[in-house]
Amino acid sequence: MNRARTFWRSTIGKKIVMAVTGLIMVGFLIGHVSGNLLVFRGPDALNHYSAFLKGLGGFLWFARAILLASVTLHIVAAVQLAELARASRPVGYQWRDPQVSTLAARTIRWSGALILLFVALHLLHFTTGTIQPVRFSTYDVYANIVGGFRIWWVSAFYIVSMIALGLHIYHGAWSSFRTVGMSRPRPNPLHRSVATVVAVFVWLGFTMIPVAVLLGVVH
Amino acid sequence: MNLTLRVWRQAGPKAPGKLVVYEAEDISPDMSFLEMLDVVNESLTVRGKIPIAFDHDCREGICGMCGLMINGVAHGPMKGTATCQLHMRSFKDGDTIYIEPWRARAFPVIRDLTVDRTALDRIIQAGGFITAPTGGAQDANTILVSKHSADSAMDAAACIGCGACVAACPNASASLFTASKITHLGLLPQGQPERYRRALAMVGQMDLESFGACTWFGECQEACPKEISIDTIMRMNRDYLNATTRQA
Repeated sequence: MNRARTFWRSTIGKKIVMAVTGLIMVGFLIGHVSGNLLVFRGPDALNHYSAFLKGLGGFLWFARAILLASVTLHIVAAVQLAELARASRPVGYQWRDPQVSTLAARTIRWSGALILLFVALHLLHFTTGTIQPVRFSTYDVYANIVGGFRIWWVSAFYIVSMIALGLHIYHGAWSSFRTVGMSRPRPNPLHRSVATVVAVFVWLGFTMIPVAVLLGVVH
Repeated sequence: MNLTLRVWRQAGPKAPGKLVVYEAEDISPDMSFLEMLDVVNESLTVRGKIPIAFDHDCREGICGMCGLMINGVAHGPMKGTATCQLHMRSFKDGDTIYIEPWRARAFPVIRDLTVDRTALDRIIQAGGFITAPTGGAQDANTILVSKHSADSAMDAAACIGCGACVAACPNASASLFTASKITHLGLLPQGQPERYRRALAMVGQMDLESFGACTWFGECQEACPKEISIDTIMRMNRDYLNATTRQA
C-alpha cells in the first residue's frame, strides 16, 4: 500500500497511470468506432449490434466501471501534473521558440477539456436520452443517429470534438507507449506511425457518420 | 557585425529583473557567443558599468557550465552545441538577440544570466553512482560489455549537466537529465547492483526539486548539446516501474 502511494505521488507514477488509463480508453474507442461504422450497413445491422451490447448485462457494467475509473484517474493525474508544470516555471521567458513540439502536444490539455465536455453531452444525448434534440428511442439507435445529426449544430459540435479527439490520440497514444517504456529505441524517437494510424482511424470513423447524415448518404 | 542585444539583468536572487538593450559593435563572425559577450562586458567595464554575469568555464563544450536561452532556444540556433560552441556566424549583421537565463523554479537566478543548478547535483547525489570495488585494479576485459550496450551507455553518459533540457521543456522537467544517468549506469554491468534503488532515489529527488513531469514534447532532445535521445526517458520509466513492483 505504501508503495502504491509513493508510486502515485511520483511524477512518473502519475504519468504511467495516465498512460495505462489512456490506452484503455483508446482500446475502447477503437471498438466504439468499429461498431458505429455498422451504421453504413443499415438500420438492422446497427440496431442488432446495439441490442447485443445492451444484452451483455453484467459485462456491460463491468466495462463501464473500468472506463469510468480510467477517465477519473486520467483526469485527476492530468490536472495535478498540469498544476505542477505551471508551478515549475514561475517566471516565464520573454521569448520562447518551440522547436519540435507538435500542435497536438501543445494543445493536449485543451483538447482533453473539450473531450470531457463532449463525453458528458454525448452520454446525455445518445446514452441516457436526457438531451433530446429529436425524439429519442432506446431501441432505434439508427433513428437517433440520423435524427440527431440532421441538426447542423449537433453535427458541427461532434465534428469539432472529433478533431480534438484525433489530436489528443495523435500525441497521447504515442506518448503513452513511451511512458510505459513499450516503444523500441530508435534513431528518430519523435516519429510515430501506430499512433497516427489509430488517431486517423478514430477521427475519420467518427467524423464520417455526421458528415454522411448531413450529405444524405445515411438516411 | 553590429548587433542589438536584449539581455536579462537582475541584481540578485530576490531583485526584480528586466531586459536591457545593449549594442554589440564590431563583432567578428568568428567569435563564439561568449566571446561576443566578453566584448560587450569589456566596453561596459570601461564605461564604469557592471558587466553582465554569465556562467562559463571550459568553452569547448564539455563542462556544462554555460547555458543561455538565445532567441527563445536553449543554447541558441546551432543544433548539438553548447552556447560556447555557438559562433556569431549563426547570426546576421543587424540582428536583435534576446538573451535570457534558464527558467525553472528549481533553477533560481543568482544574478543576470547565472542560475543555481545545484538541484541537478542533488539528483546525482541521490543515486547517480556505482559501488566501486576497492583494492587491486581488475584486468581490463574481465567484465564483458556488448558493443551495443557500451555505445548506448556512452551516448547517455555524454550528458554534461548543463540544464538545457529543463530550460527547453514546457514543463521545466529534468527527465532527460535524470534519465541519462539512469540509462548510462543501467546499461552497464557495474551499474546493476544499485539499478532499482537508483531509479527510486533519483526520481524521488527529481520530484523533490519541484521539476515538472515529462509530456513528450521532445524539446529537450532538440536542445541537448549532446543530442541525448528521449529514449532514455523510456528506460528511466521502465526502471522506475520495475523498482516499484519488485520484491524489496
